Amino acid sequence: MLPELGQFALILALLLAGLQAFFGIAGPALGRERWMAAVTSAVAGQFVMVATAVGCLVACFVNEDFSVRYVAENSNSALPLFYRVTALWGAHEGSLLLWIQLLAAWTVAVAIGAARLPRRFSARVLGVLGVVSFGFLLFTLATSNPFLRLDPPAGDGNDLNPILQDPALAIHPPILYTGYVGFAVAFAFACAAMLEGRLDQQWARWTRPWTTVAWAFLGCGIALGSFWAYYELGWGGFWFWDPVENASFMPWLVGTALIHSLAVTDKRGLFKSWTLLLAILAFSLSMLGTFLVRSGVLVSVHSFAADPARGIFILVFLALMIGGALALYAWRAPLLRSTAGFEFGARESFLLFNNVLLVVAASTVFAGTLAPLVSDALKLGTVSVGPPYFNPTFMLSMLPLMALLPLGIHAGWKRGHLKDRQRTLLMTLAVAVILAAGVAFGIYSHGALLTPVGTALGIWIILASLVDPIDRWRRRLSLPRSVLGMTIAHCGLGLAVIALTTVQSFTVERDVALAAGASTSVGGYQFRFDGVAPLEGPNYDAIGGTIVVTRAGAPVAVLRPQKRQYWVQHQAITQTSIRMNRGNNLLVALGDDLGAGRWSVRIQIRPLVSLIWLAALVMAIGGVLAASDRRYRSARAAEAPAGVALPGEPAG
Amino acid sequence: MNRFLLPLGAFLLLVVVLAIGIRHAPEKDIIASPLIGKPAPAFSLPDLSDPSRTVRSSDLRGRWYLFNVWGTWCYECRAEHQTLLEVQQAARLPIIGLDWKDDDAQARDWLAQLGNPYERVAVDHVGRTAIDWGVYGAPETFLVSPEGTVVYKLVGPLTQATWTRDILPRLSRQPLPGS
Repeated sequence: MLPELGQFALILALLLAGLQAFFGIAGPALGRERWMAAVTSAVAGQFVMVATAVGCLVACFVNEDFSVRYVAENSNSALPLFYRVTALWGAHEGSLLLWIQLLAAWTVAVAIGAARLPRRFSARVLGVLGVVSFGFLLFTLATSNPFLRLDPPAGDGNDLNPILQDPALAIHPPILYTGYVGFAVAFAFACAAMLEGRLDQQWARWTRPWTTVAWAFLGCGIALGSFWAYYELGWGGFWFWDPVENASFMPWLVGTALIHSLAVTDKRGLFKSWTLLLAILAFSLSMLGTFLVRSGVLVSVHSFAADPARGIFILVFLALMIGGALALYAWRAPLLRSTAGFEFGARESFLLFNNVLLVVAASTVFAGTLAPLVSDALKLGTVSVGPPYFNPTFMLSMLPLMALLPLGIHAGWKRGHLKDRQRTLLMTLAVAVILAAGVAFGIYSHGALLTPVGTALGIWIILASLVDPIDRWRRRLSLPRSVLGMTIAHCGLGLAVIALTTVQSFTVERDVALAAGASTSVGGYQFRFDGVAPLEGPNYDAIGGTIVVTRAGAPVAVLRPQKRQYWVQHQAITQTSIRMNRGNNLLVALGDDLGAGRWSVRIQIRPLVSLIWLAALVMAIGGVLAASDRRYRSARAAEAPAGVALPGEPAG
Repeated sequence: MNRFLLPLGAFLLLVVVLAIGIRHAPEKDIIASPLIGKPAPAFSLPDLSDPSRTVRSSDLRGRWYLFNVWGTWCYECRAEHQTLLEVQQAARLPIIGLDWKDDDAQARDWLAQLGNPYERVAVDHVGRTAIDWGVYGAPETFLVSPEGTVVYKLVGPLTQATWTRDILPRLSRQPLPGS
């Protein structure tokens, strides 16, 4: 019964999404008050129906109903309960359902948050979200129904893909999708503004908190994925420029540009059409990510089972929705005129650089990701674009961005006041350079030029960000959450820059063959291999190795890497063992049995790698804090005339 | 010209590229196996119908054959079984089965009940041969040439559609010996 109930709920959700889209868009266009009033009911109904469908599928997983094809393909009676629940999004169909559920949740949140906005506008926002939801529900029902039955039922399930049986990856999709889907809200706000044909500073203020929260979730999701790839895949790296990683990174980069551009539109009423375009772009890239992962167009380690029919459906949907939004943009954007101006050297000009550089960075990633596809389409043969392309090109746009950031924070709106700030900027820069030189030559004593440069930039960003808040705090001035959040996020970025450039230069990797009792010395640590022993998990057999790590005779850690063989899918999984020591990340993975008690062992020492994920978390916390500022919550926040000091603007 | 039209133009161009990409997508599955174009991994395994006999890869030289990995525990294989029987009845080429990590008695029952499309079935209890062939799930099907080269690999159940689209053209390109 449950699968049928779930399917029925999904069909009802589709109808309600259709109503939501129709009433939300036609209501304001025809001036029908009652239609507009009906939109929120459709939103609530759709949420309940989608939640019912999700509940049914979860129940099928928990009850081990292997007559449901999706359950039989992604679960097994030996699978622990936690993974039976997270197996919901272990493959294409269920993860699509999760996408829809999160979109429905965002839509409810928008419906509540937008209740105080003008009714025409909020109806349009919800209507656009209804279009997005309708498309995805139709996609699910037409090509990817998770409720299909098997006849005869399977005796037992095929098990969840073993590499997904991991806590970090279990929660990675919901967080990542919350970010992806959140950009749908920014997209809907942009479309609603274009339908209205009006875009003012108030609009930017409404849009900002939603966008910032979506951005924060996306950042967390990407970091979790990177963390998982680091310790689970055992290749020893935190970023591979894999198409699917890029697919999540591009919307993050454009989203970063968007939250900065929105700040300008909010404070100064400038960059209007540009902000609209970025909002469309951020969501388009999120959708493109969905398309690339599921259509089999690009080959990736993360790919879902590729199905060209699904790819065609998403492509058509994408073409209609994004194409429609861009056509609307071509029609409406010329009407938006910005009256205000600004001087070169004012904060606006730095935020313009920020936007340009971030979009350039996103474009280089985009070009690299799609290069294999384009060369394939033009029959130029299969090319592979890897880190040798991505690392330098990405750095080329990021380094100037980092260098301009401290200047931008200290520049005033409208007029360039940098001269007054010269002393502060030079002081912080000097301190940063001295500290970086000390770290680079004192601790690591060797290294590429990149590390001291990166470290200096990172420290400079942090110091320059902290100057004003500390000054305010000492003078007991209020510190609005938007400023505090911005400061924290910029500090997080500084930490990320330091960590990334350090890891890049000082990683030590060694693959060694060790017999039981033998030792090897890597990067100042001694690793003693104490042999292997068989283990048994809930649904796998494993071989566990023991490696004792010491430094100058003092014990550091005992690492226990495993090689697991899952029962059902017969897949061998390398479970790495990781320990932190003095800022270094020691990673050990068990390789192959070389016979006669000898094993190949991979040892890696990466300094500061954990700081990368920590920094991503810090940035996200900053974003959420900024989004919770009071000024976004009051509907009639005072329209301060331009040029007058606003909260969020540094004193001076 | 309206410069605000540029994003739309760029987007439409992208859609065209992606549409071409989708058309090529099915071929990517084939490139995915590193075995394509390489000699089929050798094996020597007991025969399911008579464990005292041995199925050797060297015996299969000199003609085209399909190498099909299956097991009674694999329900997708049940879906595929009908297609295999049809292929066998059309007698285009022999199918060699690899019964993977399975119970022999159950496997014999399965073939007795559903019909036996296989010329011979090799039994792989430990999964060693499956690992050599790079199998990551059942069913998987390989097309092997008379020279013993893996020409094509299919992950998932064989259907009439894949048979006519992917396998038949490869056979007709180099005519079957004796046909």
